[in-house]
Amino acid sequence: MTVYLLRRLTAGLALAVLVTMITFLLLSTSFDDVAGSVLGNGAAPHQIAAQKAQMGLDRPVAVQYADWLAHAVRGDLGASYFTSEPVRSAITARLGVTLSIVVVALLATSVISVALGVAAAARGGAVDRFAQGAAMIGYVVPSLLVAIALVYVFAIKMHVFPATGYTDFSESPSRWAGSIAIPVVALMMGGVAGLTSQIRGAMIGELRKDYVRTLRTRGIPTHSIVLRHALRNAAGPALTVLSLEFLQMLGGALIIEQIFALPGFGQYAFNASLQGDVPIIMGISLFGVLLVVAVNLVVDLLGGWLNPKARMVR
Amino acid sequence: MSTVLEVGDLRVAYPGRGFRGRPHEVLHGVSLTVGQGETLGVVGESGSGKTTIGRSVLGLVAPSGGTVRFQGHDITRAGRKERRALARDIQVVFQDPYSSLNPGLTIGDILSEPLIVQGTAAGEARHRVAELLDQVGLPKNASQRLPREFSGGQRQRVAIARALAPAPRLIVCDEPVSALDLTTQARVLDLLVDIQRRTGVAYLFISHDLTVIRHVSHRVSVIHQGNIVETGPAGEVTTTPEHPYTQRLLLAAPVPDPTEQRRRREARQRL
Amino acid sequence: MTTARTDARRRPALRRLLTDPQAMVSASLLTVVVLLGLLAPALTDHGANQANLDAVNVGIGDHGYLLGGDKSGRDILARLLYSINTSVVSALIGASIALAIGITSGLIGGYFGRRVSGAAEWLFSLIMTFPGLLLLIILMPVTKGDYRATMVVFGVLLSPGIYRLVRNLVLGVKNELYVDAARVSGLPDRRILRRHVLTVVRGPVIIATAFLAGSSIAVQSGLAFLGLGSSTVPSFGAMISEGFTNLYEEPLQFLWPSLVLGIITASLVLLGNALRDALEGGRPQPVRIVTTTGYRPPAAEGDAVTKLLTVNDLAIAYPTPTGELKEVVSGVTLSVAAGETLGLVGESGSGKTQTAFAALGVLPAEAVVIRGSIRLDGRELLGLSERELRAVRGTSIAYVPQEPMSNLDPSCTVGAQLVEGVRAAMPMSRGEARKRVLALLARCGIPDPERTFRSYPHQISGGMAQRVLIAGAVAGRPLLLIADEPTTALDVTVQAEVLDLLRDLQKDLNMAVLLVTHNFGVVADICGRVAVMREGTVVETGTTEELFAVPKHPYTRGLLNSVLDETTLRTDPPAASADALETEKR
Repeated sequence: MTVYLLRRLTAGLALAVLVTMITFLLLSTSFDDVAGSVLGNGAAPHQIAAQKAQMGLDRPVAVQYADWLAHAVRGDLGASYFTSEPVRSAITARLGVTLSIVVVALLATSVISVALGVAAAARGGAVDRFAQGAAMIGYVVPSLLVAIALVYVFAIKMHVFPATGYTDFSESPSRWAGSIAIPVVALMMGGVAGLTSQIRGAMIGELRKDYVRTLRTRGIPTHSIVLRHALRNAAGPALTVLSLEFLQMLGGALIIEQIFALPGFGQYAFNASLQGDVPIIMGISLFGVLLVVAVNLVVDLLGGWLNPKARMVR
Repeated sequence: MSTVLEVGDLRVAYPGRGFRGRPHEVLHGVSLTVGQGETLGVVGESGSGKTTIGRSVLGLVAPSGGTVRFQGHDITRAGRKERRALARDIQVVFQDPYSSLNPGLTIGDILSEPLIVQGTAAGEARHRVAELLDQVGLPKNASQRLPREFSGGQRQRVAIARALAPAPRLIVCDEPVSALDLTTQARVLDLLVDIQRRTGVAYLFISHDLTVIRHVSHRVSVIHQGNIVETGPAGEVTTTPEHPYTQRLLLAAPVPDPTEQRRRREARQRL
Repeated sequence: MTTARTDARRRPALRRLLTDPQAMVSASLLTVVVLLGLLAPALTDHGANQANLDAVNVGIGDHGYLLGGDKSGRDILARLLYSINTSVVSALIGASIALAIGITSGLIGGYFGRRVSGAAEWLFSLIMTFPGLLLLIILMPVTKGDYRATMVVFGVLLSPGIYRLVRNLVLGVKNELYVDAARVSGLPDRRILRRHVLTVVRGPVIIATAFLAGSSIAVQSGLAFLGLGSSTVPSFGAMISEGFTNLYEEPLQFLWPSLVLGIITASLVLLGNALRDALEGGRPQPVRIVTTTGYRPPAAEGDAVTKLLTVNDLAIAYPTPTGELKEVVSGVTLSVAAGETLGLVGESGSGKTQTAFAALGVLPAEAVVIRGSIRLDGRELLGLSERELRAVRGTSIAYVPQEPMSNLDPSCTVGAQLVEGVRAAMPMSRGEARKRVLALLARCGIPDPERTFRSYPHQISGGMAQRVLIAGAVAGRPLLLIADEPTTALDVTVQAEVLDLLRDLQKDLNMAVLLVTHNFGVVADICGRVAVMREGTVVETGTTEELFAVPKHPYTRGLLNSVLDETTLRTDPPAASADALETEKR
């Protein structure tokens, strides 16, 4: 087990290096613009060249990347070109906002989808029609529009929740909940739709299997067959979908933060990208990959716990 | 009687699981021969490696050692081109008549495809398909229909017709009747024997069922855990076997006769 | 049978699509929207970026602006129409890049060796780890805000999904024997891929394309909404964003682009779903795993009950696609006395398994019991609720299935499954149940019960798994054991041992056994009496000795005659050479 964890962690770190390397390589094609935007409009070519040299952007790309990596390993991600704010502290300060909405949305998505999907598969009838209808709406309506509609109805018309802004959990848990409620709902729509259909399908597949019939003939109660046996087997594939949903939600959060003016990862990344603020972009890509690696590891461990066969292969 | 197929010291190993998994050997040096117009029955239980023998002869698995010779030529590691030429001489009938026919193609397409690939003209191929359908006892209009319109036994006849299409010297029959109902089994076996008498084709006949093997084989090889434990004339191997494994196999198969079966059971339990 | 059914669906797929309202409505909506975009120059005199300062926020119809002007004084209609083109281009680029990369590598990765697919697998999992939208945003300095370049990157990010889809389909077909047969027939790989593999991949890829187009459009609008990308490119996202800031004064400016964007993405999703239904058959229906209690037999007439199990005139039917009922069991009558073994023999499709399932109360939910009665120890089983049946199962009636592996829950240890069954049948503590299960496993001939108890199903052999299932079935000392082809999936040597075990257990527990089989050898080995089934009815019943010696019904005689004779041995010599025959013929 420890060996497995170590191997996964090494692979994750290697992945982080690879991804940041590719990002840096791609970014290096736009270093002229970066230097230009630091100087402001109308900079002459020789000024840009001088600026590049001053920023160290004229060195070979490999050297620059190695330099960045060497600092990153020591926890130093550099500072913004424009505000000189250290990147690491800036990101960690904003990460809380983004993670709040993504993690809450992910948990809520799992709970709602499992409940709806299982009920739809095992009961059929009205429950099933409701679940399928809800999934369809989640698929069909773009989440961008959902978010705006929710703001309009609950914040602007009804004043139930604040329309924009963020309150930290440590400040006031109830206001924190209020400030992320609409963003979370908007973020969940697509995820619930996808995961519910997935769980419904997988559960139907499981409930048709032979072992379900055999368990019935032993006099085992239906709820145990559905929840202890079928759901456990159906959960494996659903977990894979969930880890993909996480990626989707991380992306969706960027847009949602913009609509609700939440001071998260997204806005920060967005502004940095517009300005070509290389240290921030690199820092964000590093944090992005590490987040994904962490979530995938958790999902894999859960999957191994659910599926003894997968555990054996390792 | 000349030898059609000669398998010498054949070894097959499947790659192990995962990145550094150790290969897993399923055949540990198997030797057998099949003569012209002869049926060699290979009998064994699941996991004995019997299907792997057939698949190596067909070039569907790569042996890790030993030789496969067809009419004197070494075909152990035949390339794609050579294999394509061999398709005229070596054919196959698989166990599952449901998955061995592409559900999207008509019977006519299924039967003419190998002919056309081998360069037969379309008109001639159509003629040959009609001839083949007749040979396996299917109606002429079968060629316009899809596999799903046929029963298991009829599909197996289609599979046999496909194998016969290029007039091969050897057909590998991999459990050709074990997916069929009892009544159909006997008829398909009779068809295979009848075709052999008419065309002189040789069969490498693989089955887990001794009774089926007795029905069609001239000689029998018994395979157990990747090794051939006994080979001989069908009559001897299936009535007075020498190897204890063959004896067990023989006594384990239940016979449809209550009195005889009780005798057998007692004999087996004494063993 | 499953193959036959999927195929039956495949053929008239196009015709079904043309008559499916959902497909037709969504496809026509899309066509209209795309046409409107293409005809934009003809439909409006104004350019998308042509601003008229007099027309800022003008109302509908003002200044020749059919839908009014926006806050910069641009024609909303013109902007909408040109935005359609942006969306269409985004969808085309995103989807075609994803398809080109995904299909090619999927075909290669699935069809060719492990090394190639390993490399592809690694590369695509790498791409999949990128959080897509984040990457698109941080790469903005590289794509220079050109939405087409962004869509190329997005297409690459979408490609792993298509790769996985295609690869899995190809791996599936590759294991089909017909592909092996094609290779043996000497078909070149090219031709096999085209003729046997691509046809299978086609349907799912068409479906996926609709969803690819949808997500490309959604992402492009999302990025434009954020203000990433050139401001001169008309886009729904940009329009929605402007409308959003102007929401209080001019809500229509927000409504129009949202509406058109909504129509496009919704039509794509609905079209995708309609395609899926048409090409892959309807979505699976839920399975209620409770007994349908629709049919209640009339109260039994006062005949004395002497037998343990009495099935009387049982008829079971299934609904056909056309809605009629098709009988698979039509009037089965049989009985099993306490302690005896009855063989229920017949060919596939004769209804023997359906009869067994009816007695256990585990018929599939769609099955309909039309008439008849099933009484166990005098008690009518038909019409009992799932709760009432639960009390009967395990203790009075038990079941041994055909396929040992698929009948064990793969993610539960053998021990846990058996303990749960024992405790459902007889209330006892976990520890007691564990002891009982270990004793049962030992009784059923499992050499190391402790180890098997801890094992997962995939860690034990098929023969062991069948012993485990038998142990589970007899745990509650049932009066009647229903065994459905219990040895068919096993090797002959294992079959003989399992039959010995069943015989011993039957004697020890003095239980009755209803043994469903197609194998007359098994009948001769273990059954005291036999019932022969054909097309849903029992044609003959008798003691095993009688039935083998003097079969009365012509069908039984036919069956027994067609059984390969144990004594027949091939005697003719190897056939003459084919060449000799051919020369003879000429």
